[in-house]
Amino acid sequence: MTEQAVQPASRVTFVTRDESPPSERGWMPWRAKDRRRVNMGTSAIGDRVYKVAITLCAMAVPLLVVLIAVALSIAAWPAISEIGISLVTSSVWDVGAHKFGAAPALYGTVVSSAVALIIATPLAIGVAIFLSEFAPRWLRQPVAFLVDLLAAIPSVVYGLWGIFVLLPIMRENVMPFLRDDLHLGATPFFSGPAYGPSMLAAGVILAIMALPYISAVSREVLLAVPRSQREAALALGATRWEMIRDAVIPFARSGIVGGIILGLGRALGETMAVTMLIGNRPEISASLFAPGYTMASLIANEFSEATDDLHLSALMAVGAMLFAITLIVNGIARWLVWQVGRGGRV
Amino acid sequence: MSLNRRRHLTSGVMITLTYLAAVLATLPLLLILFHLLKKGASSISLDFFTNMPQPVGEPGGGMANAIVGTLILIGVACAVGLPLGIGGGLFLLENKGTRFANAVRFLSDVLNGLPSIVLGIFAWEFLVRPIGHFSALAGGIALGAMMIPLVTRTTEEMLSVVPNSLREAALALGYPRWRTSISIVLRTALAGIVTGALVAIARIAGETAPLLFTAFGNQFWSTKIGEPIAALPLQIFTYAISPYAEWHSLAWAGALVLIGMVLIISIIARAVTRARFGGPVD
Repeated sequence: MTEQAVQPASRVTFVTRDESPPSERGWMPWRAKDRRRVNMGTSAIGDRVYKVAITLCAMAVPLLVVLIAVALSIAAWPAISEIGISLVTSSVWDVGAHKFGAAPALYGTVVSSAVALIIATPLAIGVAIFLSEFAPRWLRQPVAFLVDLLAAIPSVVYGLWGIFVLLPIMRENVMPFLRDDLHLGATPFFSGPAYGPSMLAAGVILAIMALPYISAVSREVLLAVPRSQREAALALGATRWEMIRDAVIPFARSGIVGGIILGLGRALGETMAVTMLIGNRPEISASLFAPGYTMASLIANEFSEATDDLHLSALMAVGAMLFAITLIVNGIARWLVWQVGRGGRV
Repeated sequence: MSLNRRRHLTSGVMITLTYLAAVLATLPLLLILFHLLKKGASSISLDFFTNMPQPVGEPGGGMANAIVGTLILIGVACAVGLPLGIGGGLFLLENKGTRFANAVRFLSDVLNGLPSIVLGIFAWEFLVRPIGHFSALAGGIALGAMMIPLVTRTTEEMLSVVPNSLREAALALGYPRWRTSISIVLRTALAGIVTGALVAIARIAGETAPLLFTAFGNQFWSTKIGEPIAALPLQIFTYAISPYAEWHSLAWAGALVLIGMVLIISIIARAVTRARFGGPVD
């Protein structure tokens, strides 16, 4: 459309040029240069090149998803064809005996992420409500900034802090408190010796890491709730809490759920901090005090030691499962957040 | 009356709880920063930046190679991620509403949430396995692949604030489309795009998991992109899980340097955006 609009102008330029005396035609350098500049053929080519270039750039994203899937399939195939379904169902992971059952890693991934969400969700939603409704104006920016910064801290730093600060606190204070003082030791979930590296410790660090994602999305969808919704509730005599509970949260629910699932996606795939805190033992234990494994930490921990092909391929098969699970979880989360109407980015 | 009092009491309690949530949520960050400063600062000296890692027991070990390695990895990642991401952002803006653009936007968001370890496996399968050895190039490409969806989305967002009238003015003056996009639209949104790039860099600078499969780490000085290369996060990981107290304090120092880098980049990004748009953009 724009090309057509500009074309007549270029013709005019040509006509003016042709009026110059023939003796000046053809040799004046500025003439050739000018002609090139107004020549619409060139910019049409430029536009075409530009269009192809940005289309290729945009194709990088879907291509990347496909290539990741292909890479994982190729790497995982030997293990899948040789071990089959017991890769998922068997709980015996014994490298020496060539037995690769990743059930403990699947279990650990689910449990550590569940612990993380149980801790992080109320906190994150509380922060989001605080920031969108109750915080004094001067506090909003700094608190939002600090919470967002949690997402900027590298995983390995969380792991380091976890090993030297969180684990001793868990071992000496939190675990004995839960087990003995709260008498939760009677349940299978909080029983056994408190060594430190455990599912619970991994869950706590994951909660801290997932929190900023959940609260950022929740805050965004809470801010998207129309003002009239709040005013109507207050006008009907609702207290400020009732306004949030009955008029604001129902409006933002699917977005908040999306945020929680997004946090779940983070927790499922988190690698370094978990590897450093979970204890890396391929066993299924009901107690959260026991060490465990997650899919990501299994791969990270054993990759450099994997010398035979089947072991390596089994690790890649675990990676493929992780990819499939996180792909689905993130897809659902994004879809839910988009439902609210605003593209909820983190 | 008593019902009313209970309602207001509940309200007050719940509001207080949200204040408590805010305190609890900011506490870990403050604790982490406090411990990093307390345990890391004492190990930071000039030696730390200029010396090579030493075996246990020998004093004066540093992380010179890891710091340089991280900078090289970031450089390679930017060379891969920035052009593709910015191009992708331009595409999304200029093809708004088409089915393909929506699909790309959705996949970018999904890709942003994928575990970084998966990208490490991807780079390992295509760039390490066929060649037979680990390399900085593979590490940089894995990190660059992480940047692409992030930069695509931020670029699109930043470009969408450029007023349409500006674009139309350029086209009316006879600018071809590609020059309008590059010298008018991109330039107008430059500050925002720089912010997006910085946020992406801050995010990949501390990535460790993909590097386990690609850059691998290196005890020696190396700046060749075809060879395994040391990286700050990898070195922190190795030292943190080692049994030696000396290495632990080096790990804290490394973490302090890394977090310093990441926070400075994040804060610059915020300042750039605020100067340009008058408010933070997340």
